[in-house]
Amino acid sequence: MRQDPRAQGLTLISPTLFYLGVFMLFPLLLVVALSFMTRGPYGNVVYRINLDNYARLIDPLYLRILLYSLRVAFATTVFTIVIGFPLAYYIARVPVRQRNLLLFLILVPFWTNFIIRIYAWIMILRTEGLLNTLLLNLGIIQVPLDILYSPTAVLIGMVYEFLPFMVLPLYTSLEKIEMAQLEAAADLGAPPWRAFLRITLPLSVPGMIAGSILVFIPAMGMFVVPDLMGGAKTVLVGNLIRNQFLTARDWPFGAAASMLLLTLTLVVTLVYTRRAGFGEELLV
Amino acid sequence: MSEKKPAWWLRLITILIYAYIYIPIILLIIFSFNSQKLNVRWEGFTLHWYRVLFQDGEVMHATRNTLVVAFISTIVATVIGTMAALALQRYRFPGYTAAESTLYIPVIIPEVVMGIALLVFFVQVRLTLGLTTIILSHIAFSIPFVTLVVRARLHGFDKSIEEAAMDLGANEITTFLRVTLPTIMPGVLAGAMLAFTLSLDDYVITYFTAGPGSTTLPLRIFSMVRFAVTPEVNALSTLWVLTVFVLLLISQIIQRRQAQ
Repeated sequence: MRQDPRAQGLTLISPTLFYLGVFMLFPLLLVVALSFMTRGPYGNVVYRINLDNYARLIDPLYLRILLYSLRVAFATTVFTIVIGFPLAYYIARVPVRQRNLLLFLILVPFWTNFIIRIYAWIMILRTEGLLNTLLLNLGIIQVPLDILYSPTAVLIGMVYEFLPFMVLPLYTSLEKIEMAQLEAAADLGAPPWRAFLRITLPLSVPGMIAGSILVFIPAMGMFVVPDLMGGAKTVLVGNLIRNQFLTARDWPFGAAASMLLLTLTLVVTLVYTRRAGFGEELLV
Repeated sequence: MSEKKPAWWLRLITILIYAYIYIPIILLIIFSFNSQKLNVRWEGFTLHWYRVLFQDGEVMHATRNTLVVAFISTIVATVIGTMAALALQRYRFPGYTAAESTLYIPVIIPEVVMGIALLVFFVQVRLTLGLTTIILSHIAFSIPFVTLVVRARLHGFDKSIEEAAMDLGANEITTFLRVTLPTIMPGVLAGAMLAFTLSLDDYVITYFTAGPGSTTLPLRIFSMVRFAVTPEVNALSTLWVLTVFVLLLISQIIQRRQAQ
């Protein structure tokens, strides 16, 4: 009576493969093809295969945008580690009941819309905003600070957006560390800081790597935070791609820039994952 | 790790970090009740902005669109994604590794790239941009997340109870409906909830796949906050945060019940 399990497995997986094939793989292949074509005079696409779009990307103007995006994404990752590590460490060390509450409190803002989170910071940082009003009234500053619409504002927004992506995987790997290992280190005469450096920190590396991937990739392609908090001054790769598709209407060039971004993120992911085996940390 | 009391300074740092996470949101909520429009300082309590919000036709229209997209895409993605999770967790078949990697694509490619890819695709196949294209796109990025969550829950599933059901004469459909599905239901619900939230939250992919008249709430909020700060957005945000809080609380309580 029972069917062949291989046929059953294929039946169950086929809707997913069909769907992702049509709405994910095929569109991506279209972008690859598009990146080798040319923009026509009216923003249309001319089917003439060439490498011009890629050659244009080497222009210093675009290389600067790329380097700047890398720097912002890297800085965001570093700051989320610096803020996220003590937090994850603390959560992993309190009793289970408190732990669930603390994790819950991290999830609430995370599950709230991300444009709302950016808006909260705009309210605080703008020239007539809450921070300036407070500092002026306290007499700490005489002239309002111009934080909003600056690279600093972009960084503040990005770190706030992506912090949970770092905390959750870090927590997962810190939580697994056995107390017995740290006690053994103490029994053998290691001071707490050495036990931390030699045991806790190395064992948290898989979580840190997973968190870095989860933060770095979306940070590289982000254009909403620079749009709302960076003003016209900050252009990241994400903004460049968006502009080519929707304002400049040079789709082939936008497609080439997308391929560059995609390649970069894939390389970063591969390098990171090869250097340390990890799996479940990415899946929390 | 666990129960050695963390040092006081670590406690202090943690409190400061939670303050950093929550102060912006609490300010957002407080100023939704402020009677002054520029919302710089507190002038007095009012529900005026909530009235403005509910009379804002565009916001109401966007809310309807958002819910339609989220419900349809969640249902479809949950069914398809759960099937994939069952296939990957319990069967070996030709092309297994390729199938597994395909599922990871939407997780690891930057959203902006996925957005423009879908835009190019819809223009190429001449589908008019609108609610349909948004729904089709949301299903695509939700499937992998449903599969990931359901697979994680299937991990400890004991296959022998299914075999027992079949030995007792149940056919495959009955076994699935009466044994398998109830067991994996918590995972399926968790996956559905994640898909629902991702859909509600999505700005980037919706931005590229939306057409005239299909504006969703995130798109509407974006255009509202782009040039001005208005307490109406505070009111909307407050309702959103409260809804998320209640939903998360319910799901936590359900999970805790099941764990006991």
